[in-house]
Amino acid sequence: MIEGFTALYIFMLAAFTGYEVISRVPVILHTPLMSGSNFVHGIVLVGAMVALGHADTTLEQTIGFIGVILATGNAVGGYVVTERMLEMFKSSKGGAK
Amino acid sequence: NVLIEGFYFLAAVLFILGLKRMSSPVTARGGIIWAGMGMVLATLVTFLYPNLGNLGLIVMAIMVGALPAWWLAKHVAMTDMPQMIALYNGMGGGAAATIAAVELIKGTQHSLIAQTLAVLGAIIGSISFSGSIIAFAKLQSIMKKSLLFANQQLINLVLFIITLALGVFIIIQGPATATVIIILFFSFALLFGILMTLPIGGADMPVVISLYNALTGLAVGFEGFVLGNAAMIIAGTVVGAAGTLLTQLMARAMNRSLGNVLFSGFGATGGQEMTEA
Repeated sequence: MIEGFTALYIFMLAAFTGYEVISRVPVILHTPLMSGSNFVHGIVLVGAMVALGHADTTLEQTIGFIGVILATGNAVGGYVVTERMLEMFKSSKGGAK
Repeated sequence: NVLIEGFYFLAAVLFILGLKRMSSPVTARGGIIWAGMGMVLATLVTFLYPNLGNLGLIVMAIMVGALPAWWLAKHVAMTDMPQMIALYNGMGGGAAATIAAVELIKGTQHSLIAQTLAVLGAIIGSISFSGSIIAFAKLQSIMKKSLLFANQQLINLVLFIITLALGVFIIIQGPATATVIIILFFSFALLFGILMTLPIGGADMPVVISLYNALTGLAVGFEGFVLGNAAMIIAGTVVGAAGTLLTQLMARAMNRSLGNVLFSGFGATGGQEMTEA
């Protein structure tokens, strides 16, 4: 379990990383990158799995079940959409670079 | 446990490197594959989590979620991609909210900070969920008009305050909170997300989707803290920060400020906005 200041340090470093990683992104990559980061927060699936895995009552299980469905949709859909966008990107723009 | 943490660490590294590659035209395509490998690793290793029950339900839910999402994403027209991002982003926000819901209803004893982050993640995730669904509906032309009514800004403010008040109540009450209050809290947060997005015109939607994308990232990071899951904290926070910057960049590329995009439906420029939308 991550507690107190350790968590704060992780938050801070991760925030700087996120900012730094895309600080020089060209305008044409805005939408694909939005899609890519949309896929990355699909990691919520891991949390949803844990939440459902530890659910006891029917209500908790139902909510957890919906959570895993939603999270999987985020991860899978996010991946396919990003891949399709970047694929198109390569054929039209990648050759020039 | 070392195995799980190790794989989560590897997944976090792959996510960051993947995003880094996606921010340059030359390496962009490799980036999504790196991030994808990270996701597969993290998901598989989660099955080894200690005391993980309901395994059948988990596998079933993954199937139910994955197949339609995959099929839809594969077959939708290229021009419809922005609303698909909105839809999948909303699902992520909703998932973060459900994690909070399960934790709150279960009444797990959390530290004050964890309980606060659970509630904050619930609010942000719910707003991102219902807001993204509205954004999807608008871009998909299911919903054509920007809904404007008298005192809209005031009503939204009141809704937001009620949501916050219920959230504070849940934080103070802790595990003793009645389920009814929790359901009410989520309902108000969802309603606020809907009403906040309704007045925004279709042309501004990409910026709004990017904002909700950042918010979902933040919600995922918060819920990661609640569950003590480092992979979620890192990936969520990275997306939260990157998404915020991206939102600003997109707004600037359109020669707009973010405040202008979010509140123009109410303000002096509202008239032009409506005819445009």
